[in-house]
Amino acid sequence: MLNEKDKIFSNLYGFKDRSINSVISRGQWDGTEKFIKNGSSWIIEEIKNSGLRGRGGAGFPTGLKWSFMPKPNPTKPSYLVINADESEPGTCKDREILRHEPHSLIEGCLIAGFAMGANVAYIYVRGEYVREREALQIAIDEAYSKGFLGTNAKKTGWKFDIYVHHGAGAYICGEETALLESLEGKKGMPRMKPPFPAMAGLYGCPTTVNNVESIAVVPTILRRGASWFSKFGRTNNTGTKLFCLSGHINKPCVVEEEMSIPLKELIEKYGGGIIGGWDNLKAVIPGGSSVPLLPAKLCNDAIMDFDWLRENQSGLGTGAVIVMNSDTDIVKAIWRLSKFYNHESCGQCTPCREGTGWMMRVMKRLISGDAKLEDIDNLLEITKQVEGHTICALGDAAAWPIQGLFRHFRSEVEERIRNKVSSKIAAE
Amino acid sequence: MFRRIDKNQPKAFEFSKANLSWAKKQILKYPKDRQQSAVIPLLYRAQEQEGWISKPAIEVIAKMLKIAPIRVYEVASFYFMFHLSPVGKKAHIQVCGTTPCMLRGSEKLIEICKQKISKNQKQPSSNGKLSWEEVECIGACSNSPVIQIGSDYYEDLSEESFSSLLDSLIDGYPEPGSQKKRFSSEPEGFLNSSKIKIEENKNASVELFLESSLLKNTKKVNIRKVK
Repeated sequence: MLNEKDKIFSNLYGFKDRSINSVISRGQWDGTEKFIKNGSSWIIEEIKNSGLRGRGGAGFPTGLKWSFMPKPNPTKPSYLVINADESEPGTCKDREILRHEPHSLIEGCLIAGFAMGANVAYIYVRGEYVREREALQIAIDEAYSKGFLGTNAKKTGWKFDIYVHHGAGAYICGEETALLESLEGKKGMPRMKPPFPAMAGLYGCPTTVNNVESIAVVPTILRRGASWFSKFGRTNNTGTKLFCLSGHINKPCVVEEEMSIPLKELIEKYGGGIIGGWDNLKAVIPGGSSVPLLPAKLCNDAIMDFDWLRENQSGLGTGAVIVMNSDTDIVKAIWRLSKFYNHESCGQCTPCREGTGWMMRVMKRLISGDAKLEDIDNLLEITKQVEGHTICALGDAAAWPIQGLFRHFRSEVEERIRNKVSSKIAAE
Repeated sequence: MFRRIDKNQPKAFEFSKANLSWAKKQILKYPKDRQQSAVIPLLYRAQEQEGWISKPAIEVIAKMLKIAPIRVYEVASFYFMFHLSPVGKKAHIQVCGTTPCMLRGSEKLIEICKQKISKNQKQPSSNGKLSWEEVECIGACSNSPVIQIGSDYYEDLSEESFSSLLDSLIDGYPEPGSQKKRFSSEPEGFLNSSKIKIEENKNASVELFLESSLLKNTKKVNIRKVK
């Protein structure tokens, strides 16, 4: 269990005084100028050594991502863009950082921006988070008034500005190139890659897009050292992580814990256990709506990190744990996700635009069992046709929950169809 | 998803003086000749002012940003937070219906909306004050089920608390945040069991609501007291 003193987000719930002077007295903004004096290659090396992997879902090593940025060029500025378009169902961790720990993010932006040679950062906050955006803006204004941002940020000689931008309710803008399109004032439709944003991103300039949590942990990693961060979790899955617990548990919450914590410990210790007890568990979606579910029998030994979950055909994603107990109509729960993806498909690629609608409609029929047994294979065939055949990963994300459902609960769905058929015959 | 703009359009649109100077500042956030970037913030401010996005508003914004009106219209119709037809004058209630909220009872909240507001989504109630809509995940899953009204989230709802929330919207602005006495997203009961000193009165979102201009001229209702 993670000690209180090892928590990066000590004011995650907002109990403590949120004004900048209190934040400073708790250790934030301490020694930022020293890190910058050490140079960008030192910062990038520290982040690489800490083993930090992107917290937005894909788990790409953050330090490595920064190192892809080209050398600063006076005619083409570099940009740091923060992805605060938190929309993955089940995920609500960045909201807490934006409103209660904004200075970790702001300080992280300055350090990361310097490391990659960017003088400007845009923070793209999802449209629904209006109050969170206001809280962030207040913190940014405070940082400017202290001289921590601006022409000579924290007296380092580095010019650094942060602008808050917002979206207007499109899940797809969480995809990094769609986010850049949206930031340019267009429809949020993902771009073809390559070129990757590090070569041609925002306004055609070199850009790195990072998740809020990935950047907000950076100042603490530098202050306490890469080896401190990397002692948490298993090899290749290091650090602490925010987990969002939701669904059928007694005490849903957001909590910071060590990576590689057993799922059972996370749910029992913080979530107050499953409604109806551990034996009442049916399935868990361990990393937000896009990852395949884990059935109860796998949950006993499940470990919450990138590698264990991938080995078990699921994923850590954003660390959003959605718990479903035996009262759940699991087909309906997954159908609701299919409806979500159908609603949120941007419409650019045909397999996703049409396929998400087909998947949603077949899933709807399966809820009541008003379907044929062949429909299951047809549905799986559609998911295979969508997966990997679209510009961005939304198509994959729509396919995986359905594939996960049939991997573990196929017999239950088949039984539903058989029961429906036999009740129809009986009625005749 | 294809969405059409309302058939009945107002004759003109104009930003209020305060909103106009705010909008001009927004445009300065972006590099030279990249003023198109400000389209979403400007559209959203227009919607906050008028309640929805009309054709004249689209044209005014296009002119301000020096882009073709179709570029603004396609953005307005792409992003779901933009209403292309009028909604309830007092409040538009956005009920999250995605799986994490569904598991904790959002379907019952939708039933209440159908009974108390109107049978169909986005159709204002008979007195024109309220309207509702089922939205996709609004990102407060550890406080589900949750609804959004304007800038604010009402969290940890039950059928009873949601019902009384709708009643109190008639003559006031009830306090947002957890309706189950949680501070923010901590585990329920954490405040009683932990030794942490509480230095702030409210979480940041609720505090900003209390400070907002919305409350200056109207009555605030604390629905937590309603039984």
